[in-house]
Amino acid sequence: EGRGVPGNTGGWPGSPGRAGDIFINNEWHESKSGKKFATYNPSTLEKICEVEEGDKLDVDKAVEAAHAAFQRGSPWRRLDALGRGWLLHQLADLVERDRAILATLETMDTGKPFLHAFFIDLEGCIKTLRYFAGWADKIQGRTIPTDDNVVCFTRHEPIGVCGAITPWNFPLLMLVWKLAPALCCGNTIVVKPAEQTPLTALYLGSLIKEVGFPPGVVNIVPGFGPTVGAAISSHPHISKIAFTGSTEVGKLVKEAASRSNLKRVTLELGGKNPCIVCADADLDLAVECAHQGVFFNQGQCCTAASRVFVEEQIYPEFVRRSVEYAKKRPIGDPFDIRTEQGPQIDQKQFDKILDLIESGKKEGAKLECGGSAMEDRGLFIKPTVFSEVTDTMRIAKEEIFGPVQPILKFKNIEEVIKRANSLEYGLTAAVFTKNLDKALKLASALESGTVWINCYNAIYAQAPFGGFKMSGNGREL
Amino acid sequence: MQIKIHHKLTSFSLLKLIYDLFLQTTWGSSLLCVICIPSLLCVICIPRVFPSFARLLFPSIQSHPSRMQSSGPLVSLSWIFINNEWHNSVSGKKFPVFNPATEEKICEVEEGDKEDIDKAVKAARQAFQIGSPWRTMNASERGRLIYKLADLIERDRLLLATMESINGGKLFSNSYTLDLGGCVATLRYCAAYLSTNDCVFYFPDGNFFGYTRHEPIGVCGQIIPWNFPLFMFIWKIGPALCCGNTVVVKPAEQTPLTALHVASLIQEAGFPPGVVNIVPGYGPTAGAAISSHMDIDKVAFTGSTEVGKMIKEAAGKSNLKRVTLELGGKSPFIVFADSDLDSAVEVAHQALFYHQGQCCIAASRLFVEESIYDEFVRRSVERAKKYVLGNPLTPGVSQGPQIDKKQYEKILDLIESGKKEGAKLECGGGPWGNKGFFIQPTVFSNVTDEMRIAKEEIFGPVQQIMKFKSLDDVIKRANNTHYGLAAGIFTKDIDKAITVSSALQAGTVWVNCYSVVSPQCPFGGFKMSGNGRELGEYGLQEYTEVKMVTMKISQKNS
Repeated sequence: EGRGVPGNTGGWPGSPGRAGDIFINNEWHESKSGKKFATYNPSTLEKICEVEEGDKLDVDKAVEAAHAAFQRGSPWRRLDALGRGWLLHQLADLVERDRAILATLETMDTGKPFLHAFFIDLEGCIKTLRYFAGWADKIQGRTIPTDDNVVCFTRHEPIGVCGAITPWNFPLLMLVWKLAPALCCGNTIVVKPAEQTPLTALYLGSLIKEVGFPPGVVNIVPGFGPTVGAAISSHPHISKIAFTGSTEVGKLVKEAASRSNLKRVTLELGGKNPCIVCADADLDLAVECAHQGVFFNQGQCCTAASRVFVEEQIYPEFVRRSVEYAKKRPIGDPFDIRTEQGPQIDQKQFDKILDLIESGKKEGAKLECGGSAMEDRGLFIKPTVFSEVTDTMRIAKEEIFGPVQPILKFKNIEEVIKRANSLEYGLTAAVFTKNLDKALKLASALESGTVWINCYNAIYAQAPFGGFKMSGNGREL
Repeated sequence: MQIKIHHKLTSFSLLKLIYDLFLQTTWGSSLLCVICIPSLLCVICIPRVFPSFARLLFPSIQSHPSRMQSSGPLVSLSWIFINNEWHNSVSGKKFPVFNPATEEKICEVEEGDKEDIDKAVKAARQAFQIGSPWRTMNASERGRLIYKLADLIERDRLLLATMESINGGKLFSNSYTLDLGGCVATLRYCAAYLSTNDCVFYFPDGNFFGYTRHEPIGVCGQIIPWNFPLFMFIWKIGPALCCGNTVVVKPAEQTPLTALHVASLIQEAGFPPGVVNIVPGYGPTAGAAISSHMDIDKVAFTGSTEVGKMIKEAAGKSNLKRVTLELGGKSPFIVFADSDLDSAVEVAHQALFYHQGQCCIAASRLFVEESIYDEFVRRSVERAKKYVLGNPLTPGVSQGPQIDKKQYEKILDLIESGKKEGAKLECGGGPWGNKGFFIQPTVFSNVTDEMRIAKEEIFGPVQQIMKFKSLDDVIKRANNTHYGLAAGIFTKDIDKAITVSSALQAGTVWVNCYSVVSPQCPFGGFKMSGNGRELGEYGLQEYTEVKMVTMKISQKNS
């Protein structure tokens, strides 16, 4: 049933428009240019449908709507904070109601296993919406004691029109990460979903309308980075931009923000995250977490554990078990409930990953398993494990964003701290040890926005998420 | 290279002698004005005669070795400060520093450039290494050092205030009370904050336990303006050091002297080498090197919006360093008919004319309600005419010079535009005197929103008075600018006060007061007046990086 939803003529529930239209002012629009672009199912390489292709003019229209919705005295500005929270709660209810449809769309558009989409992505969306719904009426200023006969208090006001550019690896979840806090604080928003995966965002547009958010509060303009993304980052009437994606593009976004109107910028960028396994760790747990840490979502996570540092004495055993795990990882149709790994998102990513795998082989890492694409299918890559990886190899320095696990060896804590911190990235890190002192010492010394101890990808709406160094600016959640 | 010069007396070391004398007596501000300032002037006028004169007057100085020690670095105040040592510039270049009241050169200062910034960053990075004395220092000890620095600044308050007045053209009484008072208070606020800056604990879903660590960001680059040279320097280094960062500071090329003197106090207080590094120089060279440096983790800048954009852009192009900006303003000051008129006139006047109008928060769009407009203008003009212009060290002088020729010319150009565009010139409107960058206190009435003087930041003693009819009208007009730094409201009506303060797009709104800036309160701009906040808890957060630590536990019994 879910698969029938994005038909080119069907339209979303509650909307007379067609699937794939631009969402502005709670209405569905065609692109100004009349252009469309196709979105594909990476698992079958079939076209799912065509989507209206936004460009600068469409962004202008969306910003105008968002700006009007943010005017002093508008329904949105006059809405009580509790009312804002209630709308977010209701949106969570509708996402929950349509959970199967959204998870299906997500799986079709990204190729991620359906069960992951259903239980991880959608669960995260619902919880994030509810978390921020609860915050809406608890945003308080402070009263500050000062010198002299003055009373000083602060008001925490919404910034204004926020631009959001979301990635293709967790299309709906990352959208909700941006949308929920922005609306919670009373902003209005113009969103560009990734061009590879615009469908769930547009579906969410229909739910936003159904819930009854005032027109213009949420606007969704599908399109490409150099056109829609650039228009958002350099728009003079957008007061803040939040971007999740590559470090390279993050730099462009921040530059454009500066050149235009000094809009506030938060960035959630790449990572090359160390996962440090000490000899005293619970080996079963460490092997499994490190495995899931890198292979989850086809390796397409900014948090991917793509540098596993293992202490010398347990290194051979760790590699052996990791290879065993990787070889067993079920690859195939994302709608098959046994499947753990689907296809990569597109040809460009696929080629990049294979290139990095080749570099690993050439630079002398030991290929333990995988190392190539699946012979019979489009964008599937075999789970790949490299041992005897050294710090200077490309696979130990560059973000791979694919199912490739490089395993490195270390001798002592001081050395591993230095090596773990040696890159420009600083998003996440993980430590496996039973020793409290080691755990806390590493947690303090590692230069990363998140440190997991004896766990991985433990991301919750209650905990801040973001990067040190070139992995980002600011925090989400 | 370390440079030690002990016997070269500059006019500043003589000021130091005077200061020492006063330290041994009890003195009030009247004593300062009556005795100290004229003698300072006399000192500056006859530098060649003075050494023997000084020894004659203050023989006791010889018997204070501890004070003599601190006068060592005092005469070294024209060098680059890296790793607690004094260095020549790599290029060998120097640049002159002037007294804007007399247009005379005070001295030459080593001119830092990219290579010097590299050297400073290397020192700052070294000082930030894991295991370094600074990184392993207890927070309480960091706090003690900052307290000590505050004490030393208080000790040298007279000297620093005098330097600031000579170099910045700032009224001595203002330098002494407000600038120096603000410096000491800000440092003490930061020092005291250390004991309360803790972790936050979380219990996320599932069997996990989590906490956040608020860690220092690393090497912070800081670029300081010339209008409050020392005060803005302290605004930057206080929070940065409080949170455990190391800094590379570029003071403004017009006004590097007080920062360099404080460098000697930083050394004296016992900060580890490399924690604070000061590289005097120009924006396009030293400033650009800081903003685009690959090994600086954060840049904080106070200055113009134009340069602020370049800094953030450079930060984006280089290594995505964190950016806080405190930029220009065209701050509205709204006077309702029901306000206490005496107080409104006086505060609006001070809000604009303070420090020759060279404040980012200058109330340079004064909106006055129709019914009291004429009377307000009359009284404002009367007030502006009371000014005595002159050397800022002279008692009784109430307005000093603008900082330099460039600013001076820009202001005169804007004044001309006001005349041409049809504003009514009520008083002033031109330069003053034949030496120094003085401008007559100027008041324009009948100013309308589209005139250049109502849109552009003037940064000079020029007051624009506009008329408004209704609350909604004035809110719209006040917000109709790219700037959003500060705003003032004068009314006795609580509803108006709260409605307008909520509606104004400004980082600070003052009600029935203006320019009340204290270290406990966050300060910064909406829109293109800035990014981030300085001071208060909000400001300290800008110098920390949040790390979330999440641990697996077998069972969460909570």
